[in-house]
Amino acid sequence: MAIVERKLSGWGRYPVVQSRVQRPERLSALQELVARAGTGSLTARGAGRSYGDAALNSKGTTVLMGRLNRMLAFDEKTGLLRCEAGVTLEEILAVFVPRGWFLPVTPGTKHVTVGGAIAFDVHGKNHHCDGAFSSFVSGLKLLTASGEIVACTRSRNANLFRATVGGAGLTGFITEAAVTLRRIETSRIHLRRFKAQDLDDALSLFDEHEASYPYSVAWIDCLARGKALGRSLVMFGRHARRGELDARLRDDPLGYAPGTRFSVPFNLPGFALHPLAVKSFNAFYYARQRTREMTAITDLDPFFYPLDAIGQWNKLYGRRGFIQYQAVFPAATGRKALVEALNLTSRRGKGSFLAVLKRFGAASEGLLSFPLPGYTLALDVPVGRGLHVLIEGLNRIALAHGGRAYLAKDAYLTPDIFREMYPALPDFLEIKGAHDEGNIFSSMLARRLQLHHDPELKAAEVTVHA
Amino acid sequence: MPDTMNDRAVLIAGATSGIARALATELARQGARLYLTARDVEEAERIGRDLHVRYGAEVSWDHFEAEDYDAHALLLQGAKLAMGRLDGVIVAAGHLGDQARAQANFDHARRSINANFTGVASLLTHAANLFEQQGEGFIVALSSVAGDRGRQSNYVYGAAKGALSLFLQGLRNRLAPKGVHVLTVKPGFVDTRMTFGKAGLFLVAQPEAVARDVLRALGRRKDVLYTPGFWRWIMRAVRAIPESRFKRMAM
Repeated sequence: MAIVERKLSGWGRYPVVQSRVQRPERLSALQELVARAGTGSLTARGAGRSYGDAALNSKGTTVLMGRLNRMLAFDEKTGLLRCEAGVTLEEILAVFVPRGWFLPVTPGTKHVTVGGAIAFDVHGKNHHCDGAFSSFVSGLKLLTASGEIVACTRSRNANLFRATVGGAGLTGFITEAAVTLRRIETSRIHLRRFKAQDLDDALSLFDEHEASYPYSVAWIDCLARGKALGRSLVMFGRHARRGELDARLRDDPLGYAPGTRFSVPFNLPGFALHPLAVKSFNAFYYARQRTREMTAITDLDPFFYPLDAIGQWNKLYGRRGFIQYQAVFPAATGRKALVEALNLTSRRGKGSFLAVLKRFGAASEGLLSFPLPGYTLALDVPVGRGLHVLIEGLNRIALAHGGRAYLAKDAYLTPDIFREMYPALPDFLEIKGAHDEGNIFSSMLARRLQLHHDPELKAAEVTVHA
Repeated sequence: MPDTMNDRAVLIAGATSGIARALATELARQGARLYLTARDVEEAERIGRDLHVRYGAEVSWDHFEAEDYDAHALLLQGAKLAMGRLDGVIVAAGHLGDQARAQANFDHARRSINANFTGVASLLTHAANLFEQQGEGFIVALSSVAGDRGRQSNYVYGAAKGALSLFLQGLRNRLAPKGVHVLTVKPGFVDTRMTFGKAGLFLVAQPEAVARDVLRALGRRKDVLYTPGFWRWIMRAVRAIPESRFKRMAM
């Protein structure tokens, strides 16, 4: 198989590294890569939408998984889809929305692969009631370092399943997954949007409405300080029922043509969603909505994937633009942590920006899965002199409250902080060691955070305990 | 283009190649019924299942070995049996091989010639006879721009593809009066396993675009298709260089 030299980066455009790239087009070619890995290392790369260095490997081979994107079976009764890891969520939507099925969990972009969604156990606006992506994965097949393809479920090879879900691709190549889709009556969302004057207002809106809406999110205006800290738009959504559509839409309730823009009152111009335009957050969003509350029927894409309509919006990330940061703060002291984090960002962040706030429900069984019950805050942080101080400060707040940072959006964590944030790390490393003693499956993220099985380290620990 | 391939029964040989998968996908989208054959039959099955899930296509799969000449007649029978009839055969089998190895070791050259020419000629001999008898049908075979002129960098592969182009030309001449359409496809650089990382100067085409090009040419009953189209002009220029000069060029 041909090897190509390419410059690659994550979606956040930092770091950029020269990479040796291969692109298998058949399963046997992927197996061959593992068989011939020797002492080299392999990194699976799906759609390249993780922000940092998780799908990069400057020392080994980066394996593009996009051509292994076959859908293998679908059960019309249960919604169970069996497909290869390179299938993107966009492909699933295109095939299944018109048939009355939707993704059980979706992140804020549809340009991610199923393999990537599992490797980072991604979450969506419905985490508070449905959990993360893995909640809907009943099984997966993993090509491990031995060259064997191992079927993993919650009962069979359960340890490998728990390590692979959220495991940043470090247990092996995910070749296949079984995902249960969600039945929908229409391809529209019933949206309800509130203006919240401060953080407490936003949090109490969550409390009040989350029971009746599976999807919820708040966009916080980071310019607002003091009494207005946490001023935001809080959005709730649920899949619309057929009867709620107007006559024109009712004839084709599952119509899905995401390429075309659907004009609704709140479908704001795309550039307004852009981080750089956030300076005008107040003008575009907050002030524009005159009433406390509004409702509307909208298409799936503007509700779930507002940024996808813009295309290469990541061009503003990287050295001179922004970095994306996300942390979760456990419920018990969640409000306090949010206030600290928002105060810090509005003080330290020189530019202005938008923060996205979401409530998380129960954690999943993934050993390195990100979500914990509580609140998660995602920020576009401007790159500048204070960047590292700010990130460090946010990490410290997360840590102090028993929270953690999200690996899919990280390029800056250090091993010691990471270890504290992810207490199940030793269990993960033990499972990794059992299946990948030579650390064939690695990445720049793995090297940075020491996500490697290290027999010497283990021996040292044993000695200490003795 | 209207979905002209609706309900057509098509056999694809070498169905796991990048272009073949794209062709199968476009055919399935248009409602064709497919019989996918390849050396790696498990891979053909994965592609077939994908087309069934995505488009509800009626797809079956079978083993195809270019050099197993005796099996080729049976393969066509199998396809006809599975689909009830056979309207078209698409051959995408073949592989680039390694020129250096082929020069050093004739055994490698022989295998390249068999995979790219002899095996295809064998299958198409049976297909031609079947379609001639039916009085209808189409044959699409993937040749290559490499078959338009012998170059030191890939003349073994080029010779086999050149032979295939001639073979198809002859078939076309024989079958045109019988209502059977023969389309020769000469792809340039397409973004597949075969060319990944090899294409330098030229714009690389996506297999999906090439597949649409091929089906459009089939619908219009074209004879020879260069795809992407600008390769027709590139190859015209390459062929126009006098041999006395060409032989000294590093091609």
